[in-house]
Amino acid sequence: MPAERRLLQGNEAVAEGAIAAGARFFAGYPITPSTEIAETLSRRMPEVGGTFIQMEDEIASIAAVVGASLAGVKSLTATSGPGFSLMQEMIGYAAMTQVPCVIVDVMRGGPSTGLPTEPSQGDVMQARWGTHGEHSVIVLVPSSVEECFTLTVDAFNLSEQYRTPVIVLSDAMVGHMREAVALPLPEELRVAERSEPDVDPDEYDTVMSTLDNILPRPDLGSRFRVHVTGLVYNRRSGVPETGSPDVAQDLGRYLREKIYHHREAIVRVEEFMMEGAEVAVFAYGSVARAARAAVRWARAQGVPVGLVRPITLWPLPTAAVDHMAEQVRTVIVPEMNIRQIAWEVQAAVAGRARVVDYGRVDGALITPEQIKDLVKKEFHYHRFS
Amino acid sequence: MTRHATVEIREHLRSAKTLWCPGCTNGIVTRAMIDAYLSLGLDPEKVTVVAGIGCAGRITAYLDYSTVHTAHGRALAVATGAKLADPELVVSVVMGDGDCAAIGGNHLIHAARRNVDLTAIVFNNDIYGMTGGQAGPTTHEGDLSKTSPFGHPEPAFDICELARAAGATFVARGTPYAYLKLVQLLAAGIVHKGFSLVEVMSNCPTYYGRFNRTPVPAEMLKLQQKQAVPVEKHKAGAPMTEEQFPVGVLHHVERAEYLEAYEEVRRRATGIKV
Repeated sequence: MPAERRLLQGNEAVAEGAIAAGARFFAGYPITPSTEIAETLSRRMPEVGGTFIQMEDEIASIAAVVGASLAGVKSLTATSGPGFSLMQEMIGYAAMTQVPCVIVDVMRGGPSTGLPTEPSQGDVMQARWGTHGEHSVIVLVPSSVEECFTLTVDAFNLSEQYRTPVIVLSDAMVGHMREAVALPLPEELRVAERSEPDVDPDEYDTVMSTLDNILPRPDLGSRFRVHVTGLVYNRRSGVPETGSPDVAQDLGRYLREKIYHHREAIVRVEEFMMEGAEVAVFAYGSVARAARAAVRWARAQGVPVGLVRPITLWPLPTAAVDHMAEQVRTVIVPEMNIRQIAWEVQAAVAGRARVVDYGRVDGALITPEQIKDLVKKEFHYHRFS
Repeated sequence: MTRHATVEIREHLRSAKTLWCPGCTNGIVTRAMIDAYLSLGLDPEKVTVVAGIGCAGRITAYLDYSTVHTAHGRALAVATGAKLADPELVVSVVMGDGDCAAIGGNHLIHAARRNVDLTAIVFNNDIYGMTGGQAGPTTHEGDLSKTSPFGHPEPAFDICELARAAGATFVARGTPYAYLKLVQLLAAGIVHKGFSLVEVMSNCPTYYGRFNRTPVPAEMLKLQQKQAVPVEKHKAGAPMTEEQFPVGVLHHVERAEYLEAYEEVRRRATGIKV
């Protein structure tokens, strides 16, 4: 039976994705433009036997999410810029303690209160480096209502598999947009289940996850009697050990490599009309929609332009950037911030192609026309109709 | 309430070696918690201790239960998530006074208002010990500390009054000096269904005592005996000096616990589905 088509908002699709992924705990605090996620889950969570709780602030929200996940329940929170900043402390805690959880940041104009109702991509670096200390996270960027659903499911799966916080980086446009979507049926979804480590509790302290075998964390209240700490801990015993540079180095390296070692498996990127392209537009999230329209228009004119759209923004899809850098002479990076990802692309392209950045921080969307203008400059000899 | 044999207590410790200073009363409170769990016959697998950052928070590394050493001030919020996700957990939340009433103050009042079935155990030593003796929200007016070298200009919070006013349904205060009474109060707080707070007046000879009153740990303990006024006497109108405080069960009411209230939400959510 084909799935029924529904008119859904991006934020509602995130909420439905979370339910479909098996999340049964949401804690949050109202903030525009993410509030519909909380509103939807305040109805949906109790319907499916889960829990919705509105906390006193975003700090408490992410803390409760970490607590619920430690107790064995897949959990998420949703917020926007100012709240995302408040969450950074506990996102670092989740990274350090390797607690699976999902944080949805529906980006709006900033800094500070900024442009509460307008879209932005100003948090892409905060999503990667917002918390203090060396750590790694996975960041997914949806550019459609359907992806709000599917990437939320993926976010939960990745967070379980790699025992890490995963950030879904939406924005005010994608979050508030409505599209008719046919959501995948439950049987069509792959949903990672939480399990217990296959180890005797008495021996748990003596086993250690490796990069290729990340053991699940036993729940609070299980026979493993775990100790969870944000201090540097010995990866074998879990016991805090702050006096040994070797132990700290081992943990620090592991927390990074746990993600980057699996970069190829984690990273997802879409290439659109890249065959024979001489110029590539590198765009993500809502901007990728305008970029796709511009690329279609250019191809209709016989102009060889393609789109590279990272779906995983962190880790950055460097293999795709490499491939693009070898193929094209120019990479155009339009984004709703000033050069946050363009710099990264420039570093990865490493002189093999010219990188043209185009940034806006005025809360206005980047339009297909603006990207067309950038394309025209690259083909000034071409007669455009 | 009985005092269990040391061998029995040791079975619930991962380590008997702590980083607490000589003369610190945290070890006494740690033992009192284990005595309370044993007296209540709780399943050790279900006992979960969530703590913040500071001297008190280090208890999580020593107790052999499920333990979570969270971030500074966030213990109650983490514990709220854990308890709602698994109602079978028996959750104690250990905080220092700064952890609980300064950086975690907002979480404290809202946890008290929600009435989630948690037991907050506040180790109040009047000072930030881990960072070396700075003034905190419970440092008394005029006290000397590393950040109040000319006397503290601020009044102290009464954590029990704060919790009661915010809606806590069980509030008690005890001292390490009156050990068995402390075990009794902790056990009563754990048994209480709803948000309970037990404030334990602990001592920091190293950073508080040395600069205020007396640096001698035994003298500090004896001082507790003089300062503690049984709540019954206090309620009967016994006069109290500025240095004294009431001890015992200060407040106890019954009110719908959060998880019970949320069960009703779940019933309504499934009931109105067409």
